[in-house]
Parts: sequence; C-alpha cells; structure tokens
Amino acid sequence: MTDISQSGPVLAADGTPLKRSLARALRMQKLRALMLIAPLLLFILVTFILPVADMLFRSVENRIVQDTLPQTVEALADWDPASGQLPEEAVFAAMAADLQIAARAKTHTKVAKRLNYENPGVSSVFRKSGRKVSKWDLAADGPFREKLIEIDDGWGDVELWRTIKTYSGSVTSGYFLNAVDMQLGAEGPEIRPENERIYNTMLIRTMRMSLIITFSCILLGYPVAWILANLPARKANLLLILVLLPFWTSLLVRTSAWKILLQQQGVINDTLVWIGLVDDANRLVLINNELGTIIAMTHILLPFMILPMYSVMQTINPSYLRAAKSLGATDWTAFWRVYFPQTVPGIGAGSILVFILAVGYYITPALVGGTKGTFISNLIAYHISTSGNWGLGAALGAILLAVVLLLYWVYDKVVGIDNVKLG
Amino acid sequence: MKLSKLSALAMTTALCAPSAFAEEMANELTLVSWGGAYQTSQHKAYVEPYLAANPDVKVVWDESSAEAVAKIRAMNEAGNVTWDLVDVVASDSMRLCDEGLAEEINHDEDLAAAPDGTAASEDFGDLIVSDCFVPQIVYSTTFGYRTDLIDQPDSVCAIFDTEKYPGKRSLQKRPIDNMEWALYCDGVAKDEIYDVLGTDEGVAQALAKLDTIKDQVVWWTAGAETPQLLADGEVVMGSTFNGRLFSAIAEQGQPIGMLWDMQSFDLDGWVVPAGLPADRKARVMDFLKFATDTQRLADQAAYISYGPARASSAPLVGKHAELGIEMAPHMPTDPANAGNVHVYDYEWWADNRDDLDAKFQAWLAK
Repeated sequence: MTDISQSGPVLAADGTPLKRSLARALRMQKLRALMLIAPLLLFILVTFILPVADMLFRSVENRIVQDTLPQTVEALADWDPASGQLPEEAVFAAMAADLQIAARAKTHTKVAKRLNYENPGVSSVFRKSGRKVSKWDLAADGPFREKLIEIDDGWGDVELWRTIKTYSGSVTSGYFLNAVDMQLGAEGPEIRPENERIYNTMLIRTMRMSLIITFSCILLGYPVAWILANLPARKANLLLILVLLPFWTSLLVRTSAWKILLQQQGVINDTLVWIGLVDDANRLVLINNELGTIIAMTHILLPFMILPMYSVMQTINPSYLRAAKSLGATDWTAFWRVYFPQTVPGIGAGSILVFILAVGYYITPALVGGTKGTFISNLIAYHISTSGNWGLGAALGAILLAVVLLLYWVYDKVVGIDNVKLG
Repeated sequence: MKLSKLSALAMTTALCAPSAFAEEMANELTLVSWGGAYQTSQHKAYVEPYLAANPDVKVVWDESSAEAVAKIRAMNEAGNVTWDLVDVVASDSMRLCDEGLAEEINHDEDLAAAPDGTAASEDFGDLIVSDCFVPQIVYSTTFGYRTDLIDQPDSVCAIFDTEKYPGKRSLQKRPIDNMEWALYCDGVAKDEIYDVLGTDEGVAQALAKLDTIKDQVVWWTAGAETPQLLADGEVVMGSTFNGRLFSAIAEQGQPIGMLWDMQSFDLDGWVVPAGLPADRKARVMDFLKFATDTQRLADQAAYISYGPARASSAPLVGKHAELGIEMAPHMPTDPANAGNVHVYDYEWWADNRDDLDAKFQAWLAK
C-alpha cells in the first residue's frame, strides 16, 4: 500500500488513472443497461406514471373558481362570512361582470358544477342566471344585488357566497375531506352529518373483506399447492392446467356463472331443497351480500395464491420431512416445525398478490355484492364514470393507494419483503 | 366495447343526388348508443335508410352510452374526439351541455320541420330539456310483475306492501325515481314530492319508507337485470325500462305483467360532441336532420316500444315489424298507460343529484 501511494495513482494500460478508467467502464455499462430498459421505462412513464400523477393532481386542483370568477374572488376577500350579512353591492357587481364573461364563454356552468358538489343548488342558480346576465349592460344596469336576487333568490343566500369564498383557492382539501367523510364548514374541517358518511365505512369494509378473501385463498390453496408439489410431474401438470383453466375464461363469465349457482332460485339452492336440507320457503341467501363477494372473489383469485405457493413448495427437499420423522417427530410436528416454515415465503407472495388485487376489484363486487358486498373501488368507478366528480374519485384513489403502500410497509416490517418468493 | 362495422358498399341505389356541399362531408360516421334491441331499432329506422340514400357513407356503432359523459370529457381533454353523435339520457345531455362538451343545437334550423310545417322546436315541445339535446324517444321506468306468483297489483305502492305481495323486488341502484315513489306511497301528494325531497326531513322520510323493504330488494344497475330476475323467479316484481319488459312479455312470452301506475317518464336523445372538425360536423348534422324527422321517429316504434319524441310522429306509429302487433297500446305515452305518471324533474335532480347520491349510498351501505 505504501509504495503505491508514493508512486501516484495506479494507471491503466492506456495511461489514464485506473480509478477513472473503471468509473468510465461502469458508466458505459449502466448506460447500456438503461438503454435496454428505456423503451419499457418510457412506455410505463407515458401510459402509467404520468396518468396516475395527473389523476392524483386532480384530487387537490381547484383553479376553476379563481379562473372563472376572478373579480368576485377578489371582491369577496374583505367579506366576513361569519357576519351572516350578504356581501356588498361591489361583490354582486363583480359577480355580474364575471358571470357575463363566463356565460359568453359557456364556462359558468362548469364552475357551478364544481360548487354544486359542496353546496347543492348552486348549479341551477348559475344556469338560470347565465343567459340573462349575458344580455346586461354592465355600465348602466346596476345595482346588481337586487337584479341577481330577482333572477334567482339563491343569490340572497349567505351560504352560496360562503361556498364561493371557501373554495376560491387554487388548491383545495375539499375532495380529500369528502373522501374521509368530512367537509369544510364555517369553522374549518368538520365531520359530515351521519346520513352522509360512507367512505370510511367502505374503506374499512374493503380492507376487512380483502383480508377474509386472502385467508380463504390460503386455506383453500395450501392443500392444492401441496398436492401439486408432491405428485409425479405428469399428474401434477394435468392438475396445474385445471388450476390455470379459470385464467383463460373471461372474468365476467366466471362471475356470471357464480350468479347462476348462488342465486335463490339457483343451482345450489335448488339442489339443497331437492335433497331436503333446506326448506323451500327459506332458501339460503348466498348472493347480493358479503358472502357472495367473498365466494366469487376467492374463486377468481385462488390461482394467484396457488401458483407462488406451488413453486416454493417444489423447491423444498422432501428429505427434510423424512429426516424429521426419522428423528422421532410426529406427522404434525414434522409438518408444522419443518415443512410449514419453509413455505412461508410462498404464502407471503401469494397473500400480497391476492390482497392487493382484491383491494382494487370492482367488477365482481358490483355483480354479486348487492349493497353490503361492494368495495370502495365501486365508488371510485362511480365517481369517474357516472357522477363525473373526478376530483373525489381521485382523492379516494389516492387514499386507497396510500393505504395499500402503508400495509405493504407494515408487511415488510413484520414478515420482511426479502422473505417473499415467487419460486 | 363492441364495434360493429357496417359497410354501405353493398347498398346500391340510384336515388341519391349529391347536393353541392356533399363533398365537404366526411364519409365516416361514428354513432354511440346503448347496444341491444334499442340500438337495433335505431339502425333499422334511421341508419339503413340513410345509408341507402348515401352509399358512400360508412357507419360505425360504439356501445358506450352508459359511460358517455366520462368518455366525452376524457376525449375533449385529450383533444381527440372520435365520436360524431352520441345517444344519451336527458340528464346526461344537460350535464354535457353545462360543461361545454356538447354542441348547442338550433332546433328550428338544424332539424326538419313536421310534415304540416310545424317548426321542430314546437313539434318536440317541452322535451327539449337542454340546448344541446335532440330528443328521440320517451321511455319510462316502470314495474313488471310475475303474473303467476302474485296477485295483479294496481298501484305502484304494491312494492312497499310485502304482506299482500310477498317476495323480493328489484329496484334501480340510484335515488332517482325510488325516492319519489317512496314519498308518494308514504302519502305525499304528487305535486309536492320535490318540495318535500328538498328538505332533510323529506330525505329521511323517503329513506325510512325504503327501509321497510330494504331486505327484500335486489338492486340493479343494467336494464337487462330485472327481466332476467323476473324470468328466474328471483324477484316477483321489479322496475326497469318499459321496452325491456315489452320484449320479455311480447317477444319472449314470459309470464310477466306491466304495472304502469306512476311510471317515471324519461327521455333519450342525441347530442353532438363539441369540437368536431367541419367536415365531420357537416355529415353529422345532415344525418341528424334525417334521423330525427317525423317519419324516422315513427318508424323506430316498429322495433321497440318507446314513444317517438315528436308530437307529429304519434299518429304514424304502426305495427311491430316482426310480431305484427299494434305498438300504440305498448307505448308509455298511450292514454291507457299514462293515467297516473310521474314526471321526473331534471332541473331539480341536476342540482341535488350529488347530494342525494351521497345520502342514498350511505343508506345503502348501512
């Protein structure tokens, strides 16, 4: 070491210092690796990461009020909603001016829709006023307070002005608060009235039922995986095809099949009545409730549990069990102390797969879940495709994403993510 | 999404005399509808005769009307609107118009007048619920019941009478209509329903009424569910669109009866997405004018039991194209069926939909 440091840096064959030469070679290697995955990276960036980021951004974005009603927002700055008094004439004049521009550009109904989420009724106030206000002569037609209230007495409601003031910022916590059953009241965030609370219930239900589904998959999948792993290869392959078969059938077909089986006039109930186990007047309710969702989703997600468990079990040397038994262990001890711990990585991988897939499911719960067996994803889908409240849908999605990441982190702390094997 | 391409090449006709601006029109037309028997009726009544007269045009159907609002919004934001004409329910047309996602229509200029010269806006009358909306049909959400399993009900309130009419019922999974029926059957006068529903107590009253049958209800989201549930005997009565019940009764011969009392009228019609290029828009407007004239709307009724939206079409309604039965008695607008109807208030629901949806969903989840 000493004579190296005395004779300066080590040189490579071409005379450059070895350290720099090595760094360059490594850099080239990394660059080449990056180039190889660049198409995939770009594809994921464009089709997945950017859209998700855009969607998440919508959960707080609220520029529409400021952009459409700039003068009103400015004029409202000095108004104190707590006073219980209507804003001054200047605010009404600003509103008339904003409304005129907005109505001509047909954006007044857009902002109305945004405000209607927070204060039902705003939508028609704006829609009714827009056309009339666009014909006004702003310089001569004042004062506007009476004129606006004459068009729709909604303008005489302090709540409407409070809503505009509260939601005039360019970002809003409104959607996120709504997504956790809260709202922005006169004195900051408050819990929604009891008859409007739903999202927390749904989130907890989604988590609880996904856990139940994961555990049923473990219970049903473990013996199957064990049989698969211990049969001769040819028989195992045949059985494996049976496990994979549902994968090649459409999700909708499988779910609809469960509908035919489980409904009250369905195959299972008919059979039970025919055998005499169940009275015809009291047929079992197996569908349109939690049970229906759990049965159908356990069936649909089962292969995701069996495959990782099977591939882990295949790698376990059978001589360990024989060794345990030859050393005097009972069958149970040999299984529980020797075999089972070695399969835990497979169970872990299967559980993560099944749980994360289950949390995001919405087609199956929508078809067989009735009202008690639907998931939070059903509400997200509803807000994205039916109600059009994308902000709320995005906030719910963001919360779901955060909860899943949190659970993943907890799982990593408890079980350890290194302890997960897909084979 | 299923796309069915229909080539007009097979159709030959010498009738067509291309007008001066025909060359500026695009030759492909993407129509969006609901699929099933309804889309077929539109194809037979509007599209086939139009293609016969315009053999160069190609029509593509897309069955996405159920997600129309979300998809048009997404297309609009992406700046690439691929649809030309979209079939939506009236409330969706209001929403699209409010958001500037649909073109405003000048009904008198853009649409054909009635044969007697009545202007289109007068012919459609009150059914033009939004400036962007061209009504096609009047349909109703009403009840069907199993004639062999329960006695014939004569009032909509039978759905709340589980003693006289035992068995499950199917209702649409949304507050619209159900809240109104609940209040009506709880003794609220018909013209006061929306005043009552506008208060917190009114909402509580409606939900309390629905609570009495909550464990007997199967909630549906697709119109085909109730006829299936009725056919399977899963429910003894249920609400759905009247055309679906007609096809179950008349075309499939199921033991199902119609309960028209307090049927809820609704409208379905066309909207033109905003921001179409000039050549495509010209083609759409040409088709729209043709497809919504008096004869075309009357023709549609030969394939499905929905009432034509033009007053002038009603006398022209004839027989079912295949079954040969008179269609008029099966129309929701027929005087015998329309004795006691519920007219759903679009304006009120546009204001209160989000709020009541939240309360309704919360109630369902409980």
